[in-house]
Amino acid sequence: MIEKFLRKLGKPLVKFFSGLGSLSIFIIRSVGNCFIPPFYVKNLLRQVMDIGFYSLPVVGLTTIFAGMVIALQSYSGFSRFGAESAVASVVLISVTRELAPVLSALMVAGRIGAAMAAEIGTMRVTEQIDALTTLSTNPYKYLIAPRVVAGVLVLPILVLIGDVIGIYGGFVVGVYQLGFNPANYVKATLQELEYLDVITGVVKAAVFGFIISIMGCYNGFKSKGGAQGVGEATTNAVVSSSILILIFNYIITGMFFSK
Amino acid sequence: MSDSKIKITNLHKAFGKKVVLDGVDLEIKRGESLVVIGGSGTGKSVLIKCIQGILTPDQGSILIDDEEVVGVSEKEKEKLHSKMGMLFQGGALFDSLTVWENVAFGLIENQKMDRKNAKMEAIRVLRQVGLAPDVADLSPSELSGGMQKRVGLARAIATRPEIIFFDEPTTGLDPIMSDVINDLIIESVKGLGATALTITHDMASARKIADRIAMLYKGKIIWQGTVKELDKTKNEYVRQFINGSSQGPIKVEV
Ligand SMILES: Nc1ncnc2c1ncn2[C@@H]1O[C@H](COP(=O)(O)OP(=O)(O)OP(=O)(O)O)[C@@H](O)[C@H]1O
Ligand SMILES: [Mg+2]
Repeated sequence: MIEKFLRKLGKPLVKFFSGLGSLSIFIIRSVGNCFIPPFYVKNLLRQVMDIGFYSLPVVGLTTIFAGMVIALQSYSGFSRFGAESAVASVVLISVTRELAPVLSALMVAGRIGAAMAAEIGTMRVTEQIDALTTLSTNPYKYLIAPRVVAGVLVLPILVLIGDVIGIYGGFVVGVYQLGFNPANYVKATLQELEYLDVITGVVKAAVFGFIISIMGCYNGFKSKGGAQGVGEATTNAVVSSSILILIFNYIITGMFFSK
Repeated sequence: MSDSKIKITNLHKAFGKKVVLDGVDLEIKRGESLVVIGGSGTGKSVLIKCIQGILTPDQGSILIDDEEVVGVSEKEKEKLHSKMGMLFQGGALFDSLTVWENVAFGLIENQKMDRKNAKMEAIRVLRQVGLAPDVADLSPSELSGGMQKRVGLARAIATRPEIIFFDEPTTGLDPIMSDVINDLIIESVKGLGATALTITHDMASARKIADRIAMLYKGKIIWQGTVKELDKTKNEYVRQFINGSSQGPIKVEV
């Protein structure tokens, strides 16, 4: 009875830890190969375009509506006194600390993490990765490193842009819907602006970019068994990176703001 | 230097409980063209992948130019790969690159040829495998299966490797194109002085390109010899295979 139970428990546990082990090895190899030449600059630029430029519309839309909603929500909370500066500061803090990094990262995880897993997974099951190896090209350097580097570099930039757009969203609602004085609103925003808030957002973004690229590449790289395997890899990439983003968001916030 | 280019001894490979290679011994001489025949799923592709270091064998030794290649570092493997070319069974063309970029991949990435010369060289090799220059700028997905095979062949020989592996080079081609590919394989092997290991089910092709033929069955090489010896052999397994009969010692599990 107990043996049966332990066996049932053991199998997924062993699977979990062996998965964790293979992920760790994958991360070490990937990161190592980011620093060892040859560097495939063309591949890196393609990834920068894919992750950065083409994600701009999604990130813009997400953050502008986030900023707008926060303005509305906080106004109903502080509507009596000094609403202007209260709304401005709530928008500012929530957008820069939380909403821009987390929402942008989740959107990019859906867009890019899935695409990476699908592309690399297809390359795996059609033996294109083996073909790279036989052409004496290290697949970690050719495929993974450019994606990881692009993820870590580009997400912070996306988030900075998201910060501006999100704050602008709050401003639009504040001025055109809630009837605040635009000059006062801008002044309140600038007064409340703390570098630390922006920096934590950017640090988070870099970590999230790493998570998205690594989980996308890892799931693609390890996929097997044809189209179905690639489909599974895609789903796993998005789900695992989204969960990790939320977990690491908590951890990083704790590191910066818990005293 | 001995005259053996590749020497495999007691090679074992299993996936989980499934034993695929169970003590393969095989030697390929310098400049020789060896053909390995054997039923579907007997582990022919696995054998090639072990030699290339894409799969790690569980046990056994593989010598290339008298040097052990099992368990060497990634760096050593990269060096080894620069003297090998491989035509994959499924083509394995890079679908994010154009046809000529596929063919020129090794030239650009390893031999550091500039793109313009590499493209000219790629077009020359494409012509060699019977493809017109205007396919050079297409994407592999725009080609027919047979054309993809030829592009794969062109990519395998473009870097003028010392050892070339052909995994079912004629499967899926019409008989005439098959023969063109056979001629090409003979030509590139003789022309480059390369050593070739070909896997095939196509006995016409095997007879034509092989200096020697080996048969893989149940994880072991059960027979090897020249084409002449092939026709005279009393080995029941080989006879059944080359006659393509369902009656005989080889039982197909369906
Ligand atoms: N990466 C792998 N993981 C698990 N099993 C594998 C793997 N590669 C091959 N196999 C198994 O090994 C066996 C031999 O496969 P292999 O591809 O070498 O066959 P083959 O002789 O090339 O057949 P065919 O002529 O059909 O190409 C098959 O049963 C296959 O399922
Ligand atoms: Mg095969």
